[in-house]
Amino acid sequence: MESMKIYANQLRMHIINMLTESGSGHPGGSLSAADLLIYLYFKEMNIDIEDKDNPNRDRFILSKGHAAPVLYGTLAMKGFFSSDELKNLRKAGSFLQGHPDMKKVPGVDMSTGSLGQGFSAAVGVGLGCKIDKKTYRVYTLLGDGELQEGIVWEAAMAASHYKLDNLVAIIDNNGLQIDGTNDEVMKVNPLKEKWESFGWNVIEIDGHCFSDMEKAFTAAKQTKGQPTAIIAKTSKGKGISFMENQVGWHGVTPSQAERTKAIEELEKNNS
Amino acid sequence: MSIATRESYGNILIELGEENKNIVVLDADLSKSTKTAGFAKKFPERFINAGIAEQNLMGMAAGLATTGKIAFASTFAVFATGRAFEVIRNSICYPNLNVKVAATHAGITVGEDGGSHQSIEDIAIMRSLPNMRIIVPADDIETRQAVRAAANMDGPVYLRLGRLGVPGIFDENYTFTFGKGNLLKEGRDITIIGTGLMTSKCLEAAELLEKEGIRARVINISTIKPIDEDIIIQAAKETNKIITVEEHSVIGGLGSAVCDVVSAYCPVQVVKIGINDTFGESGKPEDLLIKYGLTADNIYHTAQKVVGSKK
Repeated sequence: MESMKIYANQLRMHIINMLTESGSGHPGGSLSAADLLIYLYFKEMNIDIEDKDNPNRDRFILSKGHAAPVLYGTLAMKGFFSSDELKNLRKAGSFLQGHPDMKKVPGVDMSTGSLGQGFSAAVGVGLGCKIDKKTYRVYTLLGDGELQEGIVWEAAMAASHYKLDNLVAIIDNNGLQIDGTNDEVMKVNPLKEKWESFGWNVIEIDGHCFSDMEKAFTAAKQTKGQPTAIIAKTSKGKGISFMENQVGWHGVTPSQAERTKAIEELEKNNS
Repeated sequence: MSIATRESYGNILIELGEENKNIVVLDADLSKSTKTAGFAKKFPERFINAGIAEQNLMGMAAGLATTGKIAFASTFAVFATGRAFEVIRNSICYPNLNVKVAATHAGITVGEDGGSHQSIEDIAIMRSLPNMRIIVPADDIETRQAVRAAANMDGPVYLRLGRLGVPGIFDENYTFTFGKGNLLKEGRDITIIGTGLMTSKCLEAAELLEKEGIRARVINISTIKPIDEDIIIQAAKETNKIITVEEHSVIGGLGSAVCDVVSAYCPVQVVKIGINDTFGESGKPEDLLIKYGLTADNIYHTAQKVVGSKK
């Protein structure tokens, strides 16, 4: 678990650096999901970088596609491409598109960005897995604001209808979206009751606590006949003092001075 | 004998399902109408009902395609291309996934259900999407071959199918070639280009014209995108006048696609017969075709005028 904290810290540095370089992108929701992505890619998921197209590999779909930096950073750390590429995020000619593009970015299982659609595709992957009688698992990460999209609930209904126990939806529940808090913009609570009423096994965790994650993902694997929703309580902008829980850091990138300050904070964590 | 292209689709799907285990079919609570019910009965493990949820229908089809499936997603054309448009755009066309959007009940021949259910804009919408290919088959034999061809090519295809029975045009010797139009009748005075159920009416009109000594060339364009430029350019050069006929808005459909080719390579007069920027309404399909001018008679009169207009 200790190593994962170090990985997560490194991932946050990647996020800050690439967003400062690009001058465009989404830091808040990338930082809130950093710990979850590290756990998934370095502990939970069955992915072999030497055999990355293996049809039996676990799949991950970033339904909240605007958090692309957290995925790109993780994929680079995992070895799908060089971390030198991260500085080219969102630049013309780079394969690192503003939102994940499966045709361009190695390791991306589905193109996403239009909210709700990645989750719907994840349900399709879960169905394909069942049709093929395979045992791989499908993970998808949604934002809490994303839950306002109607397609999310169409897909949630279908996943439980088809008993997709190979599917785990993780909700990055940082409580904030572009125009304010979820409560101000469009109330999504009560989350647990909503997902339960759609037939899901629901587990609530601290989305920055690796031992919580271990328990939740283990329980998800043991759950048969229904999909699991992990509601991960997170802080938007987690890890950078001046970004944490600030609505304003949804789609604004750090200045050079802010980068220096952020990296200093992250380096302090490592020592 | 008249058979609706949706029937032909349902029948060939079962054959394809037997031949290829990777074919899966999705529907949105309309399997009896879209005719996917036969496949569902034969291969229940490869049939997924999305319920009345067209966005998720397309999203799940995209996800299935990433696992190596050839996903046929069916519902009415108005919902497929309207309600689920942005899912088709971002989850199917943008990643170029192997999903066949097989939409039935296109055009005004939906009939009694009325304008809310009559898709007159679907070709225009689908034409504008990169990676999307569009096939509008004209009869039973062409539909069977076109659906097979769609299954055999990788990437998104929009299949536009109808509710109303249509007469046969092609015989068993016909071979559908994706991207190619068919010269159905030779003629030098004017070219009539039809698609879908209008093709047979173009042939009828050509016969009426022939009685008056006007020799009309008749072309069937079933692949609307990518369109067969060569057959259109040749027709423009050799006949100098073109009429297009479609059960679709005159904005953005077959007529527009033909104009795009003609205006770039061989500008000649093109007159579009179709739905004139208006919604449909309830009625018997045959009555609606008459009211909206989608008849052999209207094609015939239009051709007479166009041929007579400049000599």
